[in-house]
Amino acid sequence: MTASAEPRDEQRLIASILAGETHLFHELIRPHEHSVFVMALSFLHNEADAEDAAQEAFLKAYRNLASFRGEAKFGTWLISITLNEARTRIRRKKFLPTDSIDAESEDPGHVSPALLRDWREIPSQALERQEVRLMLQEAIAALPDNYREVFLLRDVEDLSTSEAADLLQISVAALKVRLHRARIMLQKNLAPKLKQIYPKRRWFQWS
Amino acid sequence: MVIECKHVWTHISGYLDGTLDPDVLAQVQKHLDHCELCSAILDSTRNILILTADDRVFELPLGFSQRLHARLDEEIRSISPNNPTSS
Repeated sequence: MTASAEPRDEQRLIASILAGETHLFHELIRPHEHSVFVMALSFLHNEADAEDAAQEAFLKAYRNLASFRGEAKFGTWLISITLNEARTRIRRKKFLPTDSIDAESEDPGHVSPALLRDWREIPSQALERQEVRLMLQEAIAALPDNYREVFLLRDVEDLSTSEAADLLQISVAALKVRLHRARIMLQKNLAPKLKQIYPKRRWFQWS
Repeated sequence: MVIECKHVWTHISGYLDGTLDPDVLAQVQKHLDHCELCSAILDSTRNILILTADDRVFELPLGFSQRLHARLDEEIRSISPNNPTSS
C-alpha cells in the first residue's frame, strides 16, 4: 500500500515548488517511489527498464508540475504518467503481442477459480521467502495487461474504483469485471502453488 | 433461492469488496455457510490479495532512491517547473 502525505500537505508542497523552492520536489515524491516503480516493473518485466521508466516518469512530473490541477490526487496523477511512460516503451520495443481482451465479452463468469477443499491461511511472514515473492511477482506479471493494471491500481495501490476507472478511462462496470477476473486468475494460479509450499502440518512424520 | 457454486464464484470479488446487493449477499452467505469448496476459494482469494498487496512483494532495487534523486537534482538545477523553457 502506498504511504502518501495528506493531500493538503501535497498541495502546499506543490505550491512552494512552483513558487521556486524546487528542492522540495524530492520531498513531494518520496512517498510515491515504490508505487511508481511497481507500476513500471509490472509492465516492463525488467528491473533496469522499470527503474529508467520510473525516473523518466518523475522527471516528466517535475517538468509538468504546473499543469497538475489537483483534480486527482498527486499519487494518481503520477501513476497515470508512469502508465503512459511504460506503455510508450512497450510500443517502442514491440515485444508484446497486442492482447485481444478488449474484444472479449466482459462476462465475469468466464474465469474459474482453482478448486480447493480447504485453505490454511498463509501468513504475511511467508513473504520473507524469496521463492514466495517470486511466485507472486510471476503470477501478477502473467496477467493480461488490461487485468494487471486494474488489479495493481485497486488492490496494490489502493485506488478507489472510480479513481482507477477514471485513470484508465474505462467504465466502473468494466473495471469491476476486469478486477474480478484478475483476482480469480491469481487465485487459480497461486492457490495450488502456495498450498504446496505450505502444506498442512502433519502430526506424525513417517520417514 | 438456492444458488450453485459457479454462481457464487461470479460474486467473489463483490463479496470481498462489500459491494453486493443485500439479497445477493444473503444468498451467497447462505451458500458459503454450507459449502466447503466455495469457502476455501473465498478464503484463498482473500489471503492471496493480502499477500500481493504487501510492499515486500516488489522491493526497490538497491540504490534506487539515491540514483533517482541524483538524476532529479540535475534536472532541478537546470529547469524550473514553472518555466519549462529555462535551462
